Amino acid sequence: MATLEQSAENAGINEAGVRRRDFINIAAVSFAGVGAGTALIPLVNQMNPSADVLAMASIEVDISAIQPGQAIKTMWRKQPMFIRNLTAAEIAAAEKVDVATLRDPQTLEERTKEGKRNWLITKGVCTHLGCVPLGAGEGEVKGEFGGYFCPCHGSYYDTAARIRKGPAPKNLEVPEYSFTSDTVVQIG
Amino acid sequence: MSFPWAEQYKPQNPLMQWLDSRLPLPRFVFNAVGAGYPVPRNLNYFWNFGVLSGAALAIQIITGIILAMHYAANGGVAFDSVEHIMRDVNSGWLIRYGHANGASMFFIVVYLHIFRGLFYGSYKAPREMVWLLGLVIFLLMMATAFMGYVLPWGQMSFWGAKVITGLFGAIPLVGEPIQTWLLGGFAPDNAALNRFFSLHYLLPFVIAGVIILHIWALHIPGSSNPTGVEVKTEQDTVPFHPYYTAKDGFGLGVFLIVFAILLFFAPNFLGHPDNYIPANPMSTPAHIVPEWYFWPFYAILRAFTVDFLFIPAKLLGVMAMFASILLLFLLPWLDTSPVRSGHYRPLFRQFFWVLIVDVLILGYCGGAPAAEPYVMISQLAAAYYFAHFLIILPIVSKIEKPAPLPASITDAVLSKQAN
Ligand code: HEM
Ligand code: FES
Repeated sequence: MATLEQSAENAGINEAGVRRRDFINIAAVSFAGVGAGTALIPLVNQMNPSADVLAMASIEVDISAIQPGQAIKTMWRKQPMFIRNLTAAEIAAAEKVDVATLRDPQTLEERTKEGKRNWLITKGVCTHLGCVPLGAGEGEVKGEFGGYFCPCHGSYYDTAARIRKGPAPKNLEVPEYSFTSDTVVQIG
Repeated sequence: MSFPWAEQYKPQNPLMQWLDSRLPLPRFVFNAVGAGYPVPRNLNYFWNFGVLSGAALAIQIITGIILAMHYAANGGVAFDSVEHIMRDVNSGWLIRYGHANGASMFFIVVYLHIFRGLFYGSYKAPREMVWLLGLVIFLLMMATAFMGYVLPWGQMSFWGAKVITGLFGAIPLVGEPIQTWLLGGFAPDNAALNRFFSLHYLLPFVIAGVIILHIWALHIPGSSNPTGVEVKTEQDTVPFHPYYTAKDGFGLGVFLIVFAILLFFAPNFLGHPDNYIPANPMSTPAHIVPEWYFWPFYAILRAFTVDFLFIPAKLLGVMAMFASILLLFLLPWLDTSPVRSGHYRPLFRQFFWVLIVDVLILGYCGGAPAAEPYVMISQLAAAYYFAHFLIILPIVSKIEKPAPLPASITDAVLSKQAN
């Protein structure tokens, strides 16, 4: 071995001074590294939501029975959803607020659909640590801003489900949805 | 390594000689926890908690494997399978209460073990690696216990899983995808339950592996002792067996008595009644609290209520909570005093007790509802916790004038006897 390596020719050193064996070593280890890295992708990706979980990613809800001032809770992607039929007073209260003063500035208009200002559809998941706020069920407290109240750490949401007070950083999230007819919404 | 005067393993029995030259396992045991391991002669009962932690892990593994024979990790039946263990399986109640309370006992002894290390300066050179590996074990234990608590799939299980994975949601940009990735869905469900079970089964064995490294690292310098003075001569030590096997055996008896009292007379004392309500994704319990052993950290998490600069309060809380544990990894380099034991550090000792009270206050606040005055108290206590390690400890190490150290362990023992 040692005597062989002393001879540059036998060790395969080319003009640039690269040893043939080093090149093969680096190439082989790099190739194996890329292979191991590639094998890691499915191992990591299997943790993501599976097809059946994603298959339930959209639902249709009949909203014809919800009277102004009422709300329902439904389930979408295993998470509670609030569908609320706002009264004229609630809409007015939400529109009166100076958006610039909000923690997460958004108007009611931006949070509802054109011509359907009274339909406030949000996730029922507090943006703080994920509790279900109160206020959608019959007789539940709505908090001092008349929207939703999260009892876990005391977050208050207004009639546009915007965060007004407490630790939550964001407004209740508005999911992707569309009206398939006047009385049916598709969420997701 | 061991001291030169350590007893040698010399098997007399031909079978043991045959084995020794092929697989020297008995020799290994002899040198690790037998007569071949010389230990300082003055260890007090605080040195029992390492062995007791090991015993607690063994209890968790044995009861856990049995539970896994009857438990079903499926959102539809998990809760019922735990009730089945409680009501139908022969002695199932004993195994399950043993496992649930065993986890609490595990944390009690590990906290006392950490307390010992903090007071006697066991984290200092040359034992830094022992300390760091211990912290790795502590982190793994917390992950294991958290995932175990999710398995019964009660209300606290579900909402605990949601809130804790929600912590990762606080990370900017990638937070939400990470949470979804951890859960395998948009909220805790079957996918999350199954992976938590798989990891809950695995991690205790990883812990066992890290414990081997922990003890390996310990056996290089050997155990410290209440004086913090290193072993100098053979007089300073006694063989582990029979001296400390006996002392640890006695401690184990006391541990088992306390465990039995908890297990037979108050098995639900440390638990939360809401976890006997099946998981309901549509309604949150009024008061979500983790298990008692997480309370100090939970208090730090909730201490942050206002945004600072561009960092939202939620992210600050998460960072502070992780930092409160990661900080301990720096401890060997924050405390620069060459004196180990708190017995010879008058100033350190006072601040040490303040820290202990501070952590107990944090623990109390972490278990209390998130309302005033607890939030404010948590804020002050959390600030003090960080100040202790980052400001007070380095300064104390600089300005303190330590009490005179005994010339040797033997000197310390004999002068005590003379008094
Ligand atoms: C580091 C050691 C361990 C700790 C700290 C730990 C902790 C826990 C905790 C806190 C629970 C919830 C108890 C309850 O409220 O019912 C639990 C449940 C469970 N653990 Fe463990 N565990 C450990 C090791 C193991 C091992 C090694 C296994 C299996 C091989 C196991 C299997 C189970 C099963 C099947 C459950 C669900 C049944 C039940 O809720 O009682 N555990 N664990
Ligand atoms: S989860 Fe709603 S306030 Fe904390």
